[in-house]
Amino acid sequence: MGKNILVLGEIRRGKILNVTYELIGKAKELAVKKNEKVSVLLLFDSIDKKPEYLFGFGADKVICIKNKSLFFFNQEIQISVISHMIKNINPEIVLCGATSSGRTILPAVAGKINTGLTADCTGLDIEESSGLLLQTRPAIGGNIMATIKTPNHRPQMATVRPKTFSIPQRIDKSGEIEYINLDKKFFESKIKNLSFTDLNSDEKNIQDLDVIVSGGKGLKRAETFKTLYNLAELLNGGVGASRPTVEAKWIKYPHQVGLSGKVVSPKLYFAIGISGAVQHLAGMQTSEFIVAINKDPDCPIFKVCDIGFVGDLFQVLPKLITAIKEKKRF
Amino acid sequence: MKIIVLIKQVPDTDNVKLDTKTGTMIREGLGTIINPLDLNAIEEAKKISEIIPSEINVITMGPPAAEEAIKEAIAMGADKGYLVSDRKFAGSDSWATSMVLAETIKKTGNFDLILAGEKAIDGETGQVGPEVASMLDIPFSTYITNISVKDNGVEVVRTVEDGYQNQFLPFPCLLTVLSNINEPSIPNLEGKIKARKYISDKIDSSKLKIEDEYLGLKGSPTRVVKISTPKIQRQSSIYKGSEIDDGIKDLIKELQKMALI
Ligand SMILES: Cc1cc2nc3c(=O)[nH]c(=O)nc-3n(C[C@H](O)[C@H](O)[C@H](O)COP(=O)(O)OP(=O)(O)OC[C@H]3O[C@@H](n4cnc5c(N)ncnc54)[C@H](O)[C@@H]3O)c2cc1C
Ligand SMILES: Nc1ncnc2c1ncn2[C@@H]1O[C@H](COP(=O)(O)O)[C@@H](O)[C@H]1O
Repeated sequence: MGKNILVLGEIRRGKILNVTYELIGKAKELAVKKNEKVSVLLLFDSIDKKPEYLFGFGADKVICIKNKSLFFFNQEIQISVISHMIKNINPEIVLCGATSSGRTILPAVAGKINTGLTADCTGLDIEESSGLLLQTRPAIGGNIMATIKTPNHRPQMATVRPKTFSIPQRIDKSGEIEYINLDKKFFESKIKNLSFTDLNSDEKNIQDLDVIVSGGKGLKRAETFKTLYNLAELLNGGVGASRPTVEAKWIKYPHQVGLSGKVVSPKLYFAIGISGAVQHLAGMQTSEFIVAINKDPDCPIFKVCDIGFVGDLFQVLPKLITAIKEKKRF
Repeated sequence: MKIIVLIKQVPDTDNVKLDTKTGTMIREGLGTIINPLDLNAIEEAKKISEIIPSEINVITMGPPAAEEAIKEAIAMGADKGYLVSDRKFAGSDSWATSMVLAETIKKTGNFDLILAGEKAIDGETGQVGPEVASMLDIPFSTYITNISVKDNGVEVVRTVEDGYQNQFLPFPCLLTVLSNINEPSIPNLEGKIKARKYISDKIDSSKLKIEDEYLGLKGSPTRVVKISTPKIQRQSSIYKGSEIDDGIKDLIKELQKMALI
């Protein structure tokens, strides 16, 4: 196989994550420009789809490594297998999801194989004159966008935020599958996985959701989050939060949106009783549609919203919920 | 035990103002602080040393003014600080930064545990911790929200998207921490007095075993080729007072367009 772009697929406890499909689609687009092939590397113990399923999204070749030590995430094993495979495959470009796993593995791989890595990209393109990968990422809380190149080191590596690219329409297409057997030393680790506790249903990962209803200090007390859950449920979404509400223990940390919490980019984001400090905006300002409810007409959240309600959330929110329920009945 | 904490001096974005025309942060005149998550890392080192007496060393790579960050760490309870500074380090990306930090760590002798922040608020790459660990060839873990020290290693909780992963890592190892691991404490008077007189150990490129071609901008695999300021244009419709009912109607229409109801 000639030059290629390698996508590191992510399989979390047996399930292929959507970011894998997103990246294969993007890789195909880039590969067409460079006249290269798309390879996908899958590390797993069990898998919810046949590896062949990935061809339809743009993969030319799927390389599988199956081992029981790969069911739970173990960074040491992932790093040793992936570094080894990158050296063998020798790709021009490596793409990986900017998930907790990707953001853990790839920097260490970059350290092992001595190449550059751009974190959390939200844009990828090929520079026509040089054929180099142009990696665009937000910096300083999303206030600037930096475009980064890796001119002299190979591969050029990037982690890409989930949901940056859409999942391509699946087509009928075939490709090549290869199963690789590695020596058992690759699957040994000094790190022991002791246990894994799932998030409660109320802690489900807000980064995966299309609708997020977030609350801030303006909610006044923990109980108000219940009303936010009501709204979120009506729209099949989840609940987010500003930092002070997490610090006040009204809600748990996995819900925190912002610079020191999660970066989210849903179709619809509600900021309720949130002032819109830069550190909060950093986590949500790329949402497709933003609705704000706040009693202070001058607060910064109104500068980034699509629809804003200047008023008391304790009045606006019930009205909104009633109106949605009305509509849903018909 | 010896615990190393990697700390970075960053602009104090808490007091940041936005340039309303360009939408960018006004960086001039901002003070500097220790990266907030690195304060959590220092605090955690202190908590560990209360259980198992430990020497806490902080290392920072930055301009000479980063001495201030070391003093602050000393005030918080660190025992020793290394300021890694050289013009040749300017323009380092995360690979080149990690290289310098890893070599510095080797130079400063044996250690049991390295703590770092999960990411820094200025570069926000979150890459330095894992890269340093990989260059030192030691096990590491990330997104840590709880550490308990055992005989020959640590038991940790990684808080990730779908749950809490408990891992055991043997010493020596590196951990990157999240903000909810602890509440950083305010330096006391004794700490402040100690910090005022403290002079850090200085390390420059001549003391490290790295060839010049791997240093700074020259040694960085990545290059920033363009900076732009995204202006997300939104047609904000603001409703107040008696307009709110109309606003709700408009919002309902949008929800229908998005096929949410
Ligand atoms: C390094 C660093 C990292 C940070 N990271 C984050 C982060 O990840 N996420 C984050 O969110 N913050 C973060 N912050 C904190 C951030 O600076 C702000 O302090 C925080 O976002 C403010 O939260 P808030 O909007 O809920 O509270 P406030 O700023 O107190 O705003 C509350 C709002 O509610 C409104 N309000 C009050 N009562 C009502 C009512 N009855 N009806 C309607 N509106 C009402 C008020 O007008 C006000 O605008 C960080 C700060 C630092 C320094
Ligand atoms: N120049 C530096 N000096 C010391 N530690 C650093 C430096 N840069 C990054 N770190 C450490 O690495 C963490 C992640 O930083 P970053 O990869 O830049 O997001 C920080 O929280 C620090 O603990």
